[in-house]
Amino acid sequence: MTGQMFSGAEILLKSLAEEGVKEIFGYPGGVILTVYEALYNQKEVKHYLVRHEQAAIHAAEGYARVTGKPGVALVTSGPGACNTVTGIANAYYDGYPIVVFTGQVGLNQIGNDAFQEADVVGITRSCCKHNYLVKDVKDLQRVIKEAFHIATTGKPGPVVVDLPKDILSQKTVFDYPKTVKLAGYNPNYKGHPIQIAKALQTLSEAHRPIIISGGGVLTSGAHQELLKIAEMLKAPVAHTLMGTGTFPSNSPLDLGMLGMHGSFWANHAVSHADVIFALGTRFNDRITGCLSRFARDARVIHVDIDPCSISKNVKSDIPIVGDIKNVLVNMIEQFEKTKPNIYEADKEKWLGEIAAWREKRAERKINSDKLSAQVVIQKLYEMTKEYNPIVCTEVGQHQMWTAQLFKFNQPRKFVTSGGLGTMGFGFPAAMGACAAKPDSLVLNIAGDGSIQMNIQELATCMDYGFKVINCVIDNGYLGMVRQWQEKLFNKHYSETKISHPDFVKLAEAYGMLGILVQKEEEIEPAIRKAIEAKSPVLIDFVTEPTEMVYPWVLAGEPLTKVLLSNECSV
Amino acid sequence: MENFHTISILVSNESGVLSRIVDLFSGRGYNIESLTVAPTIDRLYSRVTIVTGGDAAAIEQICKQLNRLIPVIKVADLNITEALEREIALVKIQVKDEEKSDILRIAEATGSKIIDVTDKTYIIQALGDEKQIQALVEMVRPYSVKEFVRSGKVAISRTNRF
Repeated sequence: MTGQMFSGAEILLKSLAEEGVKEIFGYPGGVILTVYEALYNQKEVKHYLVRHEQAAIHAAEGYARVTGKPGVALVTSGPGACNTVTGIANAYYDGYPIVVFTGQVGLNQIGNDAFQEADVVGITRSCCKHNYLVKDVKDLQRVIKEAFHIATTGKPGPVVVDLPKDILSQKTVFDYPKTVKLAGYNPNYKGHPIQIAKALQTLSEAHRPIIISGGGVLTSGAHQELLKIAEMLKAPVAHTLMGTGTFPSNSPLDLGMLGMHGSFWANHAVSHADVIFALGTRFNDRITGCLSRFARDARVIHVDIDPCSISKNVKSDIPIVGDIKNVLVNMIEQFEKTKPNIYEADKEKWLGEIAAWREKRAERKINSDKLSAQVVIQKLYEMTKEYNPIVCTEVGQHQMWTAQLFKFNQPRKFVTSGGLGTMGFGFPAAMGACAAKPDSLVLNIAGDGSIQMNIQELATCMDYGFKVINCVIDNGYLGMVRQWQEKLFNKHYSETKISHPDFVKLAEAYGMLGILVQKEEEIEPAIRKAIEAKSPVLIDFVTEPTEMVYPWVLAGEPLTKVLLSNECSV
Repeated sequence: MENFHTISILVSNESGVLSRIVDLFSGRGYNIESLTVAPTIDRLYSRVTIVTGGDAAAIEQICKQLNRLIPVIKVADLNITEALEREIALVKIQVKDEEKSDILRIAEATGSKIIDVTDKTYIIQALGDEKQIQALVEMVRPYSVKEFVRSGKVAISRTNRF
């Protein structure tokens, strides 16, 4: 083969261009310098310099979450690569496509404990969808093609490509492959029509059906089909944390979130259902509560593109492996063709039963002269909804309150760490969202604990004008852990009281707007000021430390045992 | 019911495949009873044969998880098809003169072979299914066994589908 020769570093950038990658997040270092040299000489790919490699991965994931396109990160070997592990695991759990390029020491040094060497392929093996160590520059373009293919197809996930230093300067011709040949990787997109027919019949005949919409519905882009099938079958829809936004909250069939901090009625509906139609959910323990007592009377129809999710936790009576959108489209077609009797009277009766459970609501008022976090978050929702914001969160009480109080009518607007539960995720993810959607209003609702896990990124926001509005629910505690200690550990608040610097001064030190809010009447002006601001903003909402998240199903309890206020005994 | 299953895995013959499989077992708390791996007749592929324990749901999940690994091309639970299994065992026995004829008899009775003889030691080779190997183990136990080496299982399905 003849043609112009390019270095591995140039091939990396040319391959990114072939994949349509315009933006990457990264941090340079010794062995990856050749790539940064190549970046310097081109204009196609924009690089965002973060302040910690973990943030680069979360930002790439935030980018992927709001766009549906793969996020890309670039870091150096050793410590740079090791710092990416939490981010990679986070994307793996929640199933979002990212491709992470890590530098590696030269091939002849691997295994010799060279400076900044780490066995990245070994370290990341169990927390990514797939990984590669490139051993020949001739393999590089094929590996990149495969990496993007694997990251974005099937159940999406992170792929790591480890790039030894010498590969990056060796040269070869560039001829980007058009297709991917992977004998062992063939995700099944088309659900089996006979299984779908069985599912449709079971759902039509059900007396008390419920649909659980998980993150897979979002990935598959099946939210419109979901609404259609729910209305056809007159089946109510509860969503998981990851499925937030997949079903319009203004539909009468919407039950909101289920699970540990889900609504009373969603948890009771799922517990009393006779048929569960589960779409793209892993049946995580935060959803099922006590597994052996989960929906004991229900037949379970489970659709997932990942066969491993089916019958892993909850045994499935009608498993369907396939892409949810394809499956629902097929089901809608079959429905229209066969027009099955859906026993409407039964279904009306069931919706009536659920309506009665809707009377049971969590106590949201608190007795305190300090601010209520829930009042703050409710106000944030009301004042920003007209802008259709992207709402990111960290992990903890504020995350659950946001999931409960914000209403989403479309997917890819709520960005939160579900499976891994990573504090420090929200802020960098919000930066990724800003990079992807510069015209969107982007909020990061945080706790005073979790914001400090990646607070160094305030500098990145300033550099690139990422207008993240950080709303810190500042109660001086690791609130969710404190809440468990209060109920379950005899109020022994072991190591959960946590200090922080003056957030307003800190914001100002970075050159951004900092606002302190201590009284209820200060909330609205602060939010208005933040929306109007040209720079990134940090609002410090000083709130009552003892406020608790309800409804609450304690870990290991069945979903029917819902605590609604402090008065409920454990 | 915990049962042992023989799982046959066809993989791309590339570096790191075995670690992926072994990591999957350790990371998810599955047990490996025995493991063999070697290239197939086409050196692009390798065959991994793992004996593992678990109830039906666990075995199903193991097979699915293995299938999820990118370099894994095919996974078969050989317990659900008709399959032939073989193991090999090598036993080094220190023999007194008066025991030599006993050992020869044991070898003959179990269909094993004496493959090495010195004035003090015999090495017996047994080839067969698990039961045959176990039979030899029991018969040589009373003697002075200096070394006992046993392979993992290799297995092949009798259908022409795999």
